[in-house]
Amino acid sequence: MLIVEIKNLTVQYPDVKALDDVSFGVNQGDFLGIIGPNGAGKSTLFDSMLGLNTKYEGTIKFFGEDIRKSKNYLKEIGYVPQKPIFEKNFPATVSDVVRMGLRNESDEKKIDEILQQLWIHELRKRRIGELSGGQLQRVFIAKALVNNPKILILDEPVTGIDQQSIELFYSILRELNSKQKITIIWSSHDLDAVNQLANHVACLNRTLFFHGESEKFFSNDELVKQYSEASMQEHMHHH
Amino acid sequence: MSLEILTYSFMHRALISGIAIAILCSIIGLFLVLRRYSLFGDAIAHSSFGGIALGLLAGVYPLWTAYGISIASALIITKIKDRYNISGDASIAVLLSSGIAVGLVIIGLSGGFTIDIFSFLFGSILLVSVNDTILILSLTGGILIVILLLYRQILYSTFNEEQAKVSGIPVEKINYLIVFMAGLTVVTSIQLVGVLLISSLFVIPNVTAIMYGKGFKQTAIISISFSIFSVVIGILISYIFDITPAGTIVLLSIGLFAGTMGIKSTGLLSKH
Repeated sequence: MLIVEIKNLTVQYPDVKALDDVSFGVNQGDFLGIIGPNGAGKSTLFDSMLGLNTKYEGTIKFFGEDIRKSKNYLKEIGYVPQKPIFEKNFPATVSDVVRMGLRNESDEKKIDEILQQLWIHELRKRRIGELSGGQLQRVFIAKALVNNPKILILDEPVTGIDQQSIELFYSILRELNSKQKITIIWSSHDLDAVNQLANHVACLNRTLFFHGESEKFFSNDELVKQYSEASMQEHMHHH
Repeated sequence: MSLEILTYSFMHRALISGIAIAILCSIIGLFLVLRRYSLFGDAIAHSSFGGIALGLLAGVYPLWTAYGISIASALIITKIKDRYNISGDASIAVLLSSGIAVGLVIIGLSGGFTIDIFSFLFGSILLVSVNDTILILSLTGGILIVILLLYRQILYSTFNEEQAKVSGIPVEKINYLIVFMAGLTVVTSIQLVGVLLISSLFVIPNVTAIMYGKGFKQTAIISISFSIFSVVIGILISYIFDITPAGTIVLLSIGLFAGTMGIKSTGLLSKH
């Protein structure tokens, strides 16, 4: 069942076209990896999908409903931002942060459950400013999952996190998708990880130049080469 | 000195009002400090100075005009800040100086400073009337109920606006609500410490409490406790030694801040 439909999405910034006529769909249970070089429009795509950017042309539908008409779909989405920004001294414990995400505030048991599931229960009384990058990432995943969302959206969350935490993060994603049947939309730079985890790939560089099953993408050397060249050029451009 | 002072009804009113204001300023102040809006209380207080001067000139009870002018200017400056993308500190500077400027011009027109103006500048907690006390208690109760009802939304949008929006929280409305409640709180608190020292009640107990490294609710409780301690002891000491309550209250809270820094520097507060 198609639960996300994006049609002819175009976002024009004053100096640049961030997204140009992007169309794709996501089925329930999909694990979609969105790949693309820096500046490819991944964050713009997410901002538009999450209602943070409303200046776009085209349509975005979640569960068959245009997001311009209703914000109800947000209840079914858990979002993990690229880099969670907060005051380092913010007086919030791990439990406090997860509780912020909880819509039904009386459901305290849910907080403990989700913290245990993500191996951060022993950190629940620690202030978030004291955590490592990997621990913090799991706290934000816990916050995103605490309402049992149907879709989890993650924006490049592995940047600046140690290898062990990255492995743990990947195993958590795999389990959420395969056992709990949560649809995952995940933007990443890591082609190998996308190859291992995602069953669908969207390759974005302002336009969408591939969308389909990940096997088809990774078995097509020409596509992988094109992607690598595009990101390499972007990389050189940035340095 | 005997405990006789605790039997005076003016002292009862002062202590009850003072405790209510201490609780209110701590809670609202905690959200302002965490939003990097520490001086917002100061800016609203200065704009209330214009409102007070206007009330005195027009022969209206000055706190009413102060409520009107302070809340209106706080909301307008927030709107301007959002629309024209002016930074928080710059918008506070505009609000602060325009309030004082309006106040000075009106005072000039009305023939100069009077004793009334001084009591608003420096506070007059020992002079609060029964009606003032009822007003302070009602506003404290009302604002606390709103905060309890919207606790998650206010905390989440203070923590991270973007994520709060994605969770479906009406962040802009919450921001205006905070500004509105801050305006009410500041003008209500003027009677305790006056226009000039108001932001100390918003800021000092909270930065002190944050140093204890606890979660949000415990931090709020620590802040409220310190604030009540400073206000109650400050009022009593100032009466006994015949010194200004406002200055004494603020110095006590600075003492708690300095003491906490001292404890922290020994490493006792750093880790669990």
